[in-house]
Parts: sequence; structure tokens; C-alpha cells
Amino acid sequence: MLSGLAKLLREFYSAPYRGAVARAKRQEDDLFMLLVFSEMVGVPNPASYYTLELQPLLYQDFHEWHKRMGMDHSPLEWFSCC
Amino acid sequence: MNAIVLVVIGASAFTLGYLFYSRYLTEKVFRLDPDFVTPAHAQEDGVDYVPTRRIILWGHHFAAVAGAAPIVGPGIAVVWGWLPAFLWVTVGTVFFAGVHDFGALWVSVRNQGRSIGALTEDIVGARARSIFMIVIFLLLLMVNAVFGIIIANEHIAVPGSVIPTWAVIGVAMAVGYLVYKKGMSLLWVTVIGVTVLYGAIWLGAVVPLSLPDQFLGLGAPAQWVIILFVYAGIASVLPVWLLLQPRDYINGIQLFIGLALLYLAVVISAPTIVAPAFNPNPPDNAPPLVPLLFVTIACGAISGFHGLVASGTTSKQLDKEPHARQVGYLGSVGEGTLALAAIIACTAGFASVSDWEGFYGASFPASGLSAWAIGGANIMEEGLGLPANIAETLLAVMGILFAATTMDAGVRLQRYIIQEWGNIYNIPVLTGRTVSTLIAVGTCLLLAFGAGGGGSGGLIIWPLFGTSNQLLGALTLMVLTVYLIKLKRPIWVTVIPLTFLIVMTIPALAIQLLDFYRLGNWLLVVMDVLILVASILVALEGMSALARARRESKASA
Repeated sequence: MLSGLAKLLREFYSAPYRGAVARAKRQEDDLFMLLVFSEMVGVPNPASYYTLELQPLLYQDFHEWHKRMGMDHSPLEWFSCC
Repeated sequence: MNAIVLVVIGASAFTLGYLFYSRYLTEKVFRLDPDFVTPAHAQEDGVDYVPTRRIILWGHHFAAVAGAAPIVGPGIAVVWGWLPAFLWVTVGTVFFAGVHDFGALWVSVRNQGRSIGALTEDIVGARARSIFMIVIFLLLLMVNAVFGIIIANEHIAVPGSVIPTWAVIGVAMAVGYLVYKKGMSLLWVTVIGVTVLYGAIWLGAVVPLSLPDQFLGLGAPAQWVIILFVYAGIASVLPVWLLLQPRDYINGIQLFIGLALLYLAVVISAPTIVAPAFNPNPPDNAPPLVPLLFVTIACGAISGFHGLVASGTTSKQLDKEPHARQVGYLGSVGEGTLALAAIIACTAGFASVSDWEGFYGASFPASGLSAWAIGGANIMEEGLGLPANIAETLLAVMGILFAATTMDAGVRLQRYIIQEWGNIYNIPVLTGRTVSTLIAVGTCLLLAFGAGGGGSGGLIIWPLFGTSNQLLGALTLMVLTVYLIKLKRPIWVTVIPLTFLIVMTIPALAIQLLDFYRLGNWLLVVMDVLILVASILVALEGMSALARARRESKASA
């Protein structure tokens, strides 16, 4: 019964702000995406040596990201996701 | 008469309304379909569109719409006697708010979860949408100003409320931090948080605090109003997980506890209603019962603000269409229950009719929140044996926290609107967070002081706030009516409340306009004229939209 109550409280806590928190997280993720791919779109990035190895991990979210950023097609010449 | 009788009649009216009237709406008017794919499923994205269990959805819909307004409104309106307020709350909840909230949720679910604002443009027209935006801005402005004034007045009337009101900010931030950053079990954090809150209420009652009578030429109410808006400005730019979310949550929990305690105390002590059914001697400056009653009690009878919540967030989380009946209709019943509790506290919580007259007889409007705290505390002392000073602090804090969470969200929403205007009209300076927050807080302060919030007369704008709220309700009912005509469904369920609201709102505005003119308060005269013009436009727009929809409906038949 206690675990049922805990579950109910957790839902009551998170449901009203689920959207706002997810949107805030998406904004942070979008900024991170920009940092990782900044060299590729012409913005110098001193940490590119380190972010380079993150790129393969982020490719699967790349399409959604560039659509969200208002670019209909991939901004990278050598990577066409759509 | 015994207050239990009111509880029984009110509860029976709400139950019958739910069992029969909401069923009629479900089957004959809205025709809810269990197989309909709701936006929560069709557009599920884990962010806005998430199917949610109906009890959870009802809980947070109710917590989002319940505020200080269903306490303050009835607390002021009983000045005309308990019967008019009681009748308006019960009839209003069953036939007005029920159909309005339920309908707003349904029409949004049937239109991809779009908000009432967006639907106004789609279903009625672009002009109506512009009126809608202006009314929302005015409503937010007045909500923030009037709630700031109410909290300031209550801090002075019940100095014990100061410590718990400000302690809850620390409690909320600690809850947010422990849950998000430390991953602690919410159950234990809740138990500790609520215990600390009630501990702070006890401490506040024992150690009451007050500001100096004069500081830099400002009286105590003015000092509180400024402190509150500085706080609201800062709170509106903090991340939601840190303050707003845990604060709303703690507030929701204490709403259910407080309401349960009060009703339990009423049932045990069975207090007698000392106020007259109709008050033969209202204060000299009290406006006429008709039409002012119907704008003094907005939340608790019908409130346009609920349509914003129902169509803004709730509709995107509805798992199955038939759940709209419980979430929408019972959401308004929850609000009616709170208003009923306020009526009982403010009419049965005084020891004698002369005590009651002493409180309400001086001038209009009396502080509804103070009446709620004083009256409710007497009932709690009688029924539960809680010392009156602690019970009074508890109830004052309950009202203040409602007002404060609404203010937090209200200032944030105002900032969004100002930033959006900056984008639309290409004024980059408005899009910045600091400038838009300063403008939002500045306009609220201006109105609060303009209404006399720095002195004692700030509540004068309460009925004006009610009119803008009712106007928003009328706009939502208009959208619903046009939509029902297009579907060839019965429209009397929305046309009657719509007509009633417009017929009551316009004369109420005219009466207040004369009052503000007589007082020489030009700021309020301008606000009143703005709302009056918007009301007339809504009435005209409504008539033309209804006529057009009828023509189209006949042509297609």
C-alpha cells in the first residue's frame, strides 16, 4: 500500500510539470548538440578534439535537432540524414 | 440554521449534478466516445502529450484551478447574506462551471488538444482571438495585483502567517533539491516537508512577526506589496523544478489536508449559521446584489480561468475521452466544495450575529480571506480542539499559499505574453528575460498601488477581476456553442450560461465604472472601460458568430 501511495505521489508531483521540465532538458540538449557539431557548421570550438568522439553517439538525434533548429535539411555536406 | 444542512444540500446538489446532468452532457451533447483516439495518444511526445491516469489528471487539474479566489469571492459575497452566495455557488457549479470546464476540455480534445485561445480563432474568428489575448492579459494583471494586496493585508491581519508563508519557500526549494538532485524518495520528503510546514505554522502562531508601521514613508501594506512583487519577479525566472513545481505540490497536499480538516470540524461541531439568509443592513457603500454577486464569486461558480487550464494542459493528457466527464465536471465540483467551505466558515464561524455584523457591516468589500481564517478557526477549535490562534494561522496560510502560487505562475505567464509581443511586433528589447519581468512586475505594482493596495482599500478591484474572469468564461462558452451548432447538437446547455454571464457582466462593469469615477480613481476607470469595451465586443462577436454558424448549419442541412 505504501508503494502504491509513493507511486501516486510521484505522479502527482511530476505530471503537472512534465512538459516544462522536458522542454528545459531539450533546450539544454540542443545547446550541447550545437557545441558538439559547432566545428562542422563553421563555429570554432576549442574542445572539438574531445567532442569529436561524441558525434557518433548523437547522430541518431541529429535529424530531429536540425528540424527543430529550423533547417529543413542536414547542414552537414557529408552527412545527409534526410 | 445548522451548517450541516448546507453541507448536505450542497453535497446532494453536486452529486445529483454529476450523476444526471453530466451524464446528459456526456451522452446527448458531447457524445463521448471510448474509441476516440485522444491527442495524448495521437500526438504522444513525452513532453506535452502524455496519457495520464484519470485520478492523477483530476488531482492536478483541481490543484491547478483551485486558488485563493473560491475562498476570497464567497468570503466577500456573504455580505448580502448566506443564501444568495450559497445558491450561486451550487447552481453555478452544477449548471455553469460544470458544463464550462467539461466542455472546454472536450472541445480541446476534439481539436488536437488546442487551447481555447487558438480555438477562438479557428471556430469564431481572428477578431475574437485578439479580444481574447487582451482579456487574458488584463486578467493576469488583476490576478497578480489583487493577490499581492490580499497577501499583504493578511500578513497584517494575522501576523502569525508571516513565518510559515516564507518558510514554505525554503521547504519547497529543499524538496525540489532533494528530489531532483539527490534522488530521495518523494514519500519521505513529502512527510518531512509537510511536517516542517505544520511546524512552521505552529511557530508562526507563537512568534507573530510584523513590519514597522512606517518605513521610508511607506505603510506596512505598501512594504509587503513591494516585497511580494520583488519575490514574485525573482521566483518567475527561477527554474520550475527548483521552486514552482515543489511549491505547487506541497500546496496541493496541504489543500487536501486543510479541506478535510475543515469539513471534519464542521461535521463534528455542527455550527449554527449566525449570518442572516439575506442581509437587511449591508454597508452603505455595498453595490446591489444583482448583478455584483455574479462577478464577486467567479471561481466557485464559474470561472474562465478554468478553460485555460482545461484546454491548455489537461486536454493533452486525457487518456480516454469519457474521462473528460470525471476530470472536467468533478474538477469544478472540487472548486464548488472549496467555495462551500468558505461560505460556511464565513457565516457559521462567528459566535453571534453581532460579531458577524461587526466584521461585515463596516464597509464593502470586507477581507474575505480574514473572514475565512477567523470563522474557520472558530469551527476548528470547536470541532477538533485545535487552539484558535494556530487554526487561524493554518487557514490564513492556506489562503496565502494559494494566492502566492497563483502569483508565481501569473507573473511568469505575463512575462511570456510580453516576450511574445516583443517577437510579434519586432521589439527585441521586450524579448529579454529581465526587461519583460520588470515590465510584468512594474505593471502589477502600478495597479496594486493605483487600487489603494498601499493603504487599505486594495480589494476594491476584486469585482473588476471577477468581471474579466467571467468575460473569459463567456468567450469559452461562445466557442463551445458555435462548435455545438456545427455538430447540430443541443445548445441550450451553453447558451443559457453564456447569455446570463454577459447580461450580468456588462451592468456590473457600468456600476463599478460609476463608483471608480466618483472616487476619482482614473487608473481603475481606464481598466473598467477597457473591460467594458471588450465585453461589448464579445457580445457582438458572439451574436454574429452564432448567426453565421446557424446559417451555415441550415445551408448544409
